[in-house]
Amino acid sequence: MSNPLTITEKIILAHTDLESCSPGDIVSARVDIALGNDITAPIAIREFDTIGVCDVFDNEKIALVPDHFVPNKDIASAKQAKTLREFAKKYNIKYYFESGEVGIEHALLPEQGIVLPGDLVIGADSHTCTYGALGAFSTGVGSTDLAYAMAFGEAWLKIPYSIKVIFDGKPNKWVSGKDLILFLIGKIGVEGANYMALEFSGTTFKYLTMADRFSISNMAIEAGAKSGIFEPDEITEEYISGRAKRDYIMYKSDPDAQYLKTLKYDTTKINPQVAFPHLPENSVDVKEASAKNIKIDQSVIGSCTNGRIEDLRIAASILKGKKIAKYTRLIVIPATPEIYLMAEKEGLIDIFMNAGGVVSTPTCGPCLGGYMGILADGERAISSTNRNFKGRMGDITSEVYLANPAVCAASAITGKISSPDEVA
Amino acid sequence: MLLKGKVFKFADNIDTDAIIPARYLNDSDPENLRKHCMEDADPSFASKVNKGDFIVAGVNFGCGSSREHAPIAIKASGVPLVIAKSFARIFYRNSFNIGLLILEADTDSIDSEDVLEVDTDKGEIKNITKNITIYAKPIPKFMAELVVAGGLMEHARKRVKKEGELKK
Repeated sequence: MSNPLTITEKIILAHTDLESCSPGDIVSARVDIALGNDITAPIAIREFDTIGVCDVFDNEKIALVPDHFVPNKDIASAKQAKTLREFAKKYNIKYYFESGEVGIEHALLPEQGIVLPGDLVIGADSHTCTYGALGAFSTGVGSTDLAYAMAFGEAWLKIPYSIKVIFDGKPNKWVSGKDLILFLIGKIGVEGANYMALEFSGTTFKYLTMADRFSISNMAIEAGAKSGIFEPDEITEEYISGRAKRDYIMYKSDPDAQYLKTLKYDTTKINPQVAFPHLPENSVDVKEASAKNIKIDQSVIGSCTNGRIEDLRIAASILKGKKIAKYTRLIVIPATPEIYLMAEKEGLIDIFMNAGGVVSTPTCGPCLGGYMGILADGERAISSTNRNFKGRMGDITSEVYLANPAVCAASAITGKISSPDEVA
Repeated sequence: MLLKGKVFKFADNIDTDAIIPARYLNDSDPENLRKHCMEDADPSFASKVNKGDFIVAGVNFGCGSSREHAPIAIKASGVPLVIAKSFARIFYRNSFNIGLLILEADTDSIDSEDVLEVDTDKGEIKNITKNITIYAKPIPKFMAELVVAGGLMEHARKRVKKEGELKK
């Protein structure tokens, strides 16, 4: 009998020729999808061209998603997008997305059924860990790793130790996956899971959607984690049904699998969270944040963390029939064209625009201080994005507060950081 | 390898946005990235750093984005080695992949302007200014081999050559 294994160990092992593995082993693993975007893929393509292979390992297992600065924000960005387009044409890359089809990579790939449970995915983007929500092993790497994977279909990986994180109980009103992950990062710190796999479970997830799981896995990296995984269940299967166009495997951890530690939290005691500048670990209860009377200049609802239809729906439910505060900007960014169209059909775009907000085409845009909502000196934003590092969204003296879309919507209405209860 | 250089000391949690801000990521030319290296942590770094100088930091150096532009900018600045208490994992693998040396050590005793003599093979860090010697954590065998091979791309080129010869 082989050793009991975690879901992470099982997936990685299944992508090697090895019989067994242990945390700490460095292995060469086959990848099901290798991902790059308009910032990271140009370097990968430059490196790929020096390797000396005459083709990519598999044109149906590479995804090139120009989402960061597209529609092109300037001439230099246009050149980077062009690099991806030309490479995609040359090697007939199946999952290349032009403007109009393109969405934020980590919302787009699951939505289009490109990533599935049991997959091993590497992506030259730190938030590649998002697909753990589907029960895939996925992790962020660099451009050189992407170049290597595009050539050989392999990546070197260190088998991570796993930390089990259990959330039990029914979430309070306005509490979403975003709040649980901000709460966890507040507990363990931005380095709390460095090099490790977070494995999420507990009764709370029966009450939440796939969108919540995506938000949680997405921000595993903000605790330093290599991955953030959920065992797939009926909620996963419901999401995948109609999207998957190939077979997939739903792995589960063995009951006696080894964890470095197990952390257990009572979800009923958790309220919406706000992470103060300049680290995601600075999370506090929204009521505490609201009491501090923190004025905001901008509210951003979007990103790979919180730009899904569920996020837009909850924001719209708060903004419906209301106006945002004077001298405050609200920027809403549906993460994919499909989400944009759904929001349009459901009347959400009307609600955002009638409230005084603007709605952008899908892009990472302001999240990383790219474009479409950059902050001036001394300005402050509340944002449903994932990082609040110094200068992340603009000028080095600007500030970003992280929260869920409901808190961002409520704060846009009052012009200060507010709980949804204050306006609903 | 024996290295000698002057220290630029940084705090904990230096993220990749501080190492190379996203406003410069519409370009990946190492020379252009060099001009903005560490800009949001120390705006004068790019003008002050000399070839051979070291970056020394606290915990979680390179956290955040996966941008390889970060170690590329550091390497292009002429910095051959970063020493920190710990590194974020993507920055760690990127550095090895592109052949930027990094060592994990307790950096509390090191300050800006200190002159260090580092034996990277032994992990021995001699602080000439303070007359203190500290030791870095050993580098995993696989990672050390990657550095000896000249980084992941050099390894890739050798692999293509080897597989090509096998087919003949």
